[in-house]
Amino acid sequence: MSLVSIRDVRKSYGTVEVLKGVSLEVAKGDVVAIIGRSGSGKSTLLRCINGLETYQFGAILADGIEVGGIHANMRELRRHVGMVFQQFNLFPHLTAAENVMLAPTVVNKTPKKEARAIAAEVLAKVGLSEKMDAYPSQLSGGQQQRVAIARSLAMRPKVLLCDEITSALDPELVNEVLRVVEQLAKEGMTLILVTHEMRFARDVGTNLVFMHHGKVHETGKPKDVFAAPQTPELQQFVGGNG
Amino acid sequence: MTYKLEFSALLPYWEDLAAGLWFTIVLTVLSTVVGIAVGTLGASARTFGPKWLAGLVRVYVELIRNTPFIVQLFFIFFGLPALGLKLSETTAAFLAMVINLGAYSTEIIRAGIEAVPKGHIEAGVSLAMSRLEVLRHIVLRQAFAKIYPALSSQIIIVMLGSAVVSQISAPDLTYAANFIQSRNFRAFEVYLVVALIYLVLAIVLRYVLRVIGDRFVKVG
Amino acid sequence: MSDFSLWIIVKNLLWATQWTILLSLIAFVGGGIVGLVLLFLRTSQVKWLEVPTKLYIEFFQGTPLLMQLFLFFFGVALFGIEVSPWMAAGLALTLWTSAFLTEIWRGCVEAIPKGQWEASASVAMNYVEQMRYVILPQAMRIAIAPTVGFSVQVIKGTALASIIGFVELTKAGTMINNATFRPFLVYALVALIYFCLCFPLSWYAKRLEGKLNVAR
Repeated sequence: MSLVSIRDVRKSYGTVEVLKGVSLEVAKGDVVAIIGRSGSGKSTLLRCINGLETYQFGAILADGIEVGGIHANMRELRRHVGMVFQQFNLFPHLTAAENVMLAPTVVNKTPKKEARAIAAEVLAKVGLSEKMDAYPSQLSGGQQQRVAIARSLAMRPKVLLCDEITSALDPELVNEVLRVVEQLAKEGMTLILVTHEMRFARDVGTNLVFMHHGKVHETGKPKDVFAAPQTPELQQFVGGNG
Repeated sequence: MTYKLEFSALLPYWEDLAAGLWFTIVLTVLSTVVGIAVGTLGASARTFGPKWLAGLVRVYVELIRNTPFIVQLFFIFFGLPALGLKLSETTAAFLAMVINLGAYSTEIIRAGIEAVPKGHIEAGVSLAMSRLEVLRHIVLRQAFAKIYPALSSQIIIVMLGSAVVSQISAPDLTYAANFIQSRNFRAFEVYLVVALIYLVLAIVLRYVLRVIGDRFVKVG
Repeated sequence: MSDFSLWIIVKNLLWATQWTILLSLIAFVGGGIVGLVLLFLRTSQVKWLEVPTKLYIEFFQGTPLLMQLFLFFFGVALFGIEVSPWMAAGLALTLWTSAFLTEIWRGCVEAIPKGQWEASASVAMNYVEQMRYVILPQAMRIAIAPTVGFSVQVIKGTALASIIGFVELTKAGTMINNATFRPFLVYALVALIYFCLCFPLSWYAKRLEGKLNVAR
């Protein structure tokens, strides 16, 4: 059974249709890399999966929960679907550890002490044990993004959505973040990533999705797709990206 | 509740209400025009004038902004005659409104002037414009465009505040309300209706100010 | 015209000042509490909560405070309740203050980047939790300066309570003037006392604003 199931999803902003019937199945342990030009609808699709955007037609099921259902359902859904953003979006008034502890204590009612242990564990996982009590403003972009990943992991999500998580970083800070994601993939975490890092998509991804004009244009095993793109659009896109 | 609301008790007095409303409108329009002129002079003096004048303007602004309008009004109407300056109710009301709005708009326009990039002033001077021409065509034009929303809000606040002039018997809308309720003993109905008239007036004024702003003040 | 009579005037005005201060505190604290509740309703994105809140704010911001005082003074009596100037002034000023504080604070909430809402939503927090733990702690920092600034308007607003017979600083001034016939002196003193109450707050608000701009 699929962990995330997207069926013929359509979405428009006014008269502009940004998703024109997207279907996608993601099984447990999959690492799905979504690529495509800006404006192809890939970020919108990702944001639909945890309900940050609504869609007008079709259905998305994540962990058996229908996205866009009643309010209580959304809360249950988001407990199991984590998200990491391009701009990190750390809470600036809280330390790294407090950023990580907030949702477990508030949403899951985990006792403070236990939450602190979870924070220590997930921050160690992203290599930031030393920075537990640092504020976001005292961290580099790469470190902030790793805290953001830890913040999502603390909720023990079944699937993690990553929305261009290295795009806002200086080039020399990209790898420290990608290494963390690669490690998560190795441990069997289900990941759906919108990314511009083609090499990373090829080496780490189990599935590749090329989106074009609001549709899944081409999909398959990354190595096959990159070696022999079937459509001229993907050939051009891959060629253009080196 | 045994009390029954009787709005029809207002009908015989509609002419009083109309006269009061007209007074409030005229008072607001006149004191807005003169008040903003005072504010423009004040703001120019505060930023470009000699030190003593800038200091004087500052004292004026702080004094007015940190005391209630009703006290300013009473001081002008009751206090000044002691110095031999006797004013009619209407003149005192107008003067108090001008002085009040003058102080607030000085502060608002000053903020706008300070937001104009120094380079624009230098550019104007380098085009052989006089100081006054630079002030008028470059600085104030931009300043007004920037602070127009803040100034509009202040004008509405001053209009609503003008209800207080009824306390020195200036014949405004509130004065009419007081008069009517003393006749028909329907205080709640009268004040509710008049409150709603003020609300409509505020909404219309906001709309008019926006239209004026779009027409004449906008830049870029 | 001895110095003695001046001293009596000042003493009486200062005595009345305590009621101005007390009424201001009631209005400000009460208005703050009501305003916070309204803020939650106003920013809830739930239509049937937002629309009545909007109308409430429109009414209290769009009508003269003096009318509101009259309405409470004469309106509450319709329910058969004996209304003291205290009650009418306290109620009217509280609700008037709450409308303005709600709007000031809404501006601060809207200044918080959208990403903060999205990030907190994506870790399954609900609206109240988002406000309480993520948005308000940040909004509060930028809200302090304009909130302190508005407290000056509240103090000045209490002067209107004199019109419905509440004996505070302005009313005391009028009464003393009626007894001494020295309007110039009395109203100048009244203004001076208001200035001493308000100016430190204005000054502090401006300083806070300056600090915040530097910090950014």
